[in-house]
Amino acid sequence: MQSILSITDLNKTFAGGFKALQDINLEIHPGEIFALLGPNGAGKTTLINIICGITNLTSGSVSVGGHHIVNEYRQARSLIGLVPQELTTDAFETVWDTVNFSRGLFGKPNNPPYLKELLQDLSLSDKTHNKLMTLSGGMKRRVMIAKALAHEPRLLFLDEPTAGVDVELRKGMWEQVRELRESGVTIVLTTHYIDEAEEMADRIGIINHGKIILIENKFDLMKKLGTKHVALDLKEPLVNFPESLATYNLKMNGSQLIYTYDSQKEDNGISELFEKLIHAGIQVKDLHTKESSLEEIFVELVRKR
Amino acid sequence: MKMRAVKTIYLFEMARTWRTIWQSVASPVISTSLYFVVFGSAIGSRITEIDGISYGSFIVPGLIMLSVLTQSISNASFGIYFPKFTGTIYEVLSAPISYVEIVLGYVGAAASKSFILGVLILATAGLFVPLEIQHPFMMVMFLLLTSVTFSLFGFLIGIWADGFEKLQIIPLLIVTPLTFLGGSFYSIKMLPPLWQKISMVNPVVYLISGFRWSFYGQADVGVDISLAMIAVILITCMLTVRWIFNTGYQLKN
Repeated sequence: MQSILSITDLNKTFAGGFKALQDINLEIHPGEIFALLGPNGAGKTTLINIICGITNLTSGSVSVGGHHIVNEYRQARSLIGLVPQELTTDAFETVWDTVNFSRGLFGKPNNPPYLKELLQDLSLSDKTHNKLMTLSGGMKRRVMIAKALAHEPRLLFLDEPTAGVDVELRKGMWEQVRELRESGVTIVLTTHYIDEAEEMADRIGIINHGKIILIENKFDLMKKLGTKHVALDLKEPLVNFPESLATYNLKMNGSQLIYTYDSQKEDNGISELFEKLIHAGIQVKDLHTKESSLEEIFVELVRKR
Repeated sequence: MKMRAVKTIYLFEMARTWRTIWQSVASPVISTSLYFVVFGSAIGSRITEIDGISYGSFIVPGLIMLSVLTQSISNASFGIYFPKFTGTIYEVLSAPISYVEIVLGYVGAAASKSFILGVLILATAGLFVPLEIQHPFMMVMFLLLTSVTFSLFGFLIGIWADGFEKLQIIPLLIVTPLTFLGGSFYSIKMLPPLWQKISMVNPVVYLISGFRWSFYGQADVGVDISLAMIAVILITCMLTVRWIFNTGYQLKN
């Protein structure tokens, strides 16, 4: 299957010599939701800006739908929609005028039924003729999405789409993003909210100091790098720690015994641990398991590299 | 060429004119009327004629040029600077359009406003003094070329500026003095010989001279030289715009 976005050996060095991106290689498959995670200043927005034509690249190659972004910029850009990080709107324009402007800018003929439906899907129908300056932050964010979709793109970039948006609205936006994917749009999103990536993405890329340090299927990533914990609530707190349990990486927390293990290993030692507990006469009242979250994996990876 | 995209930018910019009608059109027309009152009536009563033309009529081409030059620069520079300032420029830069189409949209709108303004000032002048246009085609040509050239120059200023102060500095400190010293209110021939020579360095002299020729058939310099001067400024601006979009200067970095 041909990638909708293909990046090869991409580098970006700014005028002052700052290397914002180094040797980026990335393939985005049609129809997927790809989340790009990284701390502030990692190069996420610079990467998106280069793909969209807002910033010049220093070296390397980027193509969208098989079209090179420099040599065939018309074909490449017509496939892309962008929702930028900042709420940049023309305050004096109405919602209707601004989405029409976006569509016209991409050379598409007027299509009022499509735009009406788009605004309806984004719950903006009743705000169609309102000036942008009268809208709330959440509504403006939805207008930005409407503007990005006004020309019917195949690849949508959402640069921190839910930054500064309340929890309820965030969930609403996640739903809209899923619906967009179902309609055939490929989505690349950057976010600071790891739970957002965990909730929505099919694949995850982690970028730090301008380098992509990992690209993985979300579930594979969590399996590969995730650790699991079993917390055993004991009937009585341990007075003496049995010798037979010394080889296990156990932690005591009051009357709770916590065992951390690698979920990928065939022999994770759980059944052996239980046998030894019974043998030592330690009685278990209850048990809980917990997998490491994507956030924990992310923090660990960024800290290591 | 994506004409729909050009039209979209053009209509968006023109819509801003109608929203700010007082600032864009009425204000320059009122200012020009005041010039007629002050210069035409007060000074005109002492300087009755220049080259056989009544003083009030003599200053009409200069006053039109004064407004067209300053408004072309102001409209075009603001037109491109404002989206840079608010951040909405991302949409234009990420659209599948060439820099020629972007320039056509923004500069076309700014030049249209200036051209309309020039015609309005001409009509206003007709209320104060008798007008004579010996070469109407050339008059329209000069007005059009000046509007386009200086809108393009304003567009460059808008891209170069990274603050509102920079946006104003060239129009206020360079263009307005050059326009006032370019023969808007007098003939260069009235100056002492040394100042006549110094004035020849001022490109605005050639614009006003050529434009005045289209009205009264009299000029401080040859019409061909005036046209050549506009062409030089226009081509310089066009080459600079091409360089800006090729390198991404102040736009893509």
